[in-house]
Order: sequence, then structure tokens, then C-alpha cells
Amino acid sequence: MNQTDFWTLGVIIGLAVVTVITRSFFFISSKSWSLPHWAQRGLQYAPIAALSAVIVPEIVMTQGHLVSSWQDARLFSVAAGAAWFFWRRGAGQAVLGTIVVGMAVYLPLHLGLGW
Amino acid sequence: MVSVAPGLAAWGMMTGVAMVKSGMSVFESLAMTLLVYAGSSQLAAIPLIAAGAPVVVIMAAAFCVNLRFVVFSAHLRPYLMHLPRRLRMFVGYLTADISYVMFTRRYHQPPKSAEEKQAQLAYLLGGCTANWSSWQLASLLGIALAHSVPPHWGLGFAGILALLGVACSLASTHLRVVSAGVAGAAAVAAFALPFKLNIVVAIAAAVALSLLLEKTPLMRREQG
Repeated sequence: MNQTDFWTLGVIIGLAVVTVITRSFFFISSKSWSLPHWAQRGLQYAPIAALSAVIVPEIVMTQGHLVSSWQDARLFSVAAGAAWFFWRRGAGQAVLGTIVVGMAVYLPLHLGLGW
Repeated sequence: MVSVAPGLAAWGMMTGVAMVKSGMSVFESLAMTLLVYAGSSQLAAIPLIAAGAPVVVIMAAAFCVNLRFVVFSAHLRPYLMHLPRRLRMFVGYLTADISYVMFTRRYHQPPKSAEEKQAQLAYLLGGCTANWSSWQLASLLGIALAHSVPPHWGLGFAGILALLGVACSLASTHLRVVSAGVAGAAAVAAFALPFKLNIVVAIAAAVALSLLLEKTPLMRREQG
């Protein structure tokens, strides 16, 4: 069983504060105000950048090094999941399909072939 | 709500599994799902917590993943300003992606009369309750089931796939795709930086480059 530590609990409380602040950002203050124009434009590029910055190293790196072999279950899983998403986009449940298809590729390769 | 429930439940369950599989205790996982209540920022924070990244970097990454809510809050402001601050912040906290989409799809205008205010708030809170309970139930199920699956299966990878799905759904313009590509490449290139600063560097580089590219004639026609 994993241990509970105070550092992690502190981070969790911090993340909860981030949720509250971002979800109510523009109605915390009673005064009407707006962000500078460049920041408003930047808002639409930051979320996908943050997700990609977290995802990509988790896919193409192992212990701080770029994968040296194409025999890696993660690469095939992500390719299949993304392909499914863009094929089924607009049909609903595309995110669910990405997870299911990705895992359907990942598990046999990872468990069966040890990739 | 019914149409999106299976996807939401799968995503919540995977988040539950990913938390436990990353090495968090059951208590920590429960606290995270019940308090943070933001799937994508949780999933983004999980590998960073496991790597022991500095708190500032984890918060910055979570904040950036959550920036879409900042945009939502600007939209919701006229609908909620009639409420006292604490209540509207509480409603804001509960309004996740799906409740926001359902609410703004149904109400195109902010409320004017007292009845409209009441009806809109009731609809919003109803949606939030449904969204909250299905998400939390699925997450709790994921936390409970995670222990019965052997760690070497690598089920935590489903969390990355869920993030991938969310990232794909955000890839609605060419410049956003560029932003994702730059951020991914920069995060790998700058991986050697201490304190997981590669995440922050990658986001800054991607946003800055996208804002610069926006000014070029090639991209100007894309702006709506």
C-alpha cells in the first residue's frame, strides 16, 4: 500500500485552489475588467501546449532518454488512439474511443511481446 | 448529459486508476478527486507529482491546462454576477466542461427577471450535480479497482491516452496544432532542465511562437 505524505497533500490542496481560481477567474472581482489583448489571444494556445508538454515526454522517453527502439508499445498505442480520434471526430465519444483503442493496442504489445 | 456520460465515466475511472498506479495512496487519491475535481489538470499533475517536481511547476502546468476554464468564466460572468461572491465562486468551482457546454447551449442570454435568474441557476446546478456525481463515482470505482490489477500491466498509461484524447479535441485550428507540436518537441529537448522546468519552457515557447505566427499573412486568414 502506498504511503500518504504531507507534501503530496499540500500539492493536492494547491491544485484545488487552482481549480477554484481558473473556474471563477472573471467573476471573482465585482469590478468589470479584462485581460490585455495578447493574453486573451495566448489563452487559446496554452492548454493544448501544456497537455502536449506533459504527454510527449511520457510517450517518447524512458528514464530521461529518447526511446532508441521503435518496439515500444506506447508509440503504437498513441498512434492508434489519435488515428481513432480524428477518424471518429464529431461522432461523440471520441475521447472514450481514444482510450479504448489505445489500450487495446497497448496491452497486447506490452504484456504479450514485452514492448 | 446521457450522451456524454459513458465517456465521462471512462475518463473519471482512468483518472482514478492513474492516481493509484502513479504511487499515490488511497487517501491521497480520494482527496485529489474530491477536492481538485478537474480531470485533465489531475492527469497532467500525476506524472509531475510522481517525479517529485517542484510545487510551482506542478501549479503552473495545472493552471495552463485549466486555462480553458478562464475563458469559460469570462463567458459565464454576466450570468452569475447577481449572486454573492462566495456563492458564484462555488458555482464556478463546480462548473466543469460538460456543465458549461450544456448550460451555454441552452441559455444564450444572461437572465433579466428574478424568475429567469432562478431557473438558470437551477439548470446550471442540476447539470453540475449530475456531472459531479458521475465523475466522482467513476473515479472512486477506478481507485477501488486499481489495486486488483497488477502494476506491470501498465494501466496508468490509460491516463496519458485520456490526456491525448483531450488534446486532440482541442486541436481545432492549425495554430493550435503548431502549439502542440512545438510544446511537445520543446518538452523533450529541454528534458534535462531541473525541476521539470521543461514543461514551463515548452508552454512559453509554444504560446510565444503561436502568437508570433498569428501575425504572419499566411495565418491571418485563419483567425475568426
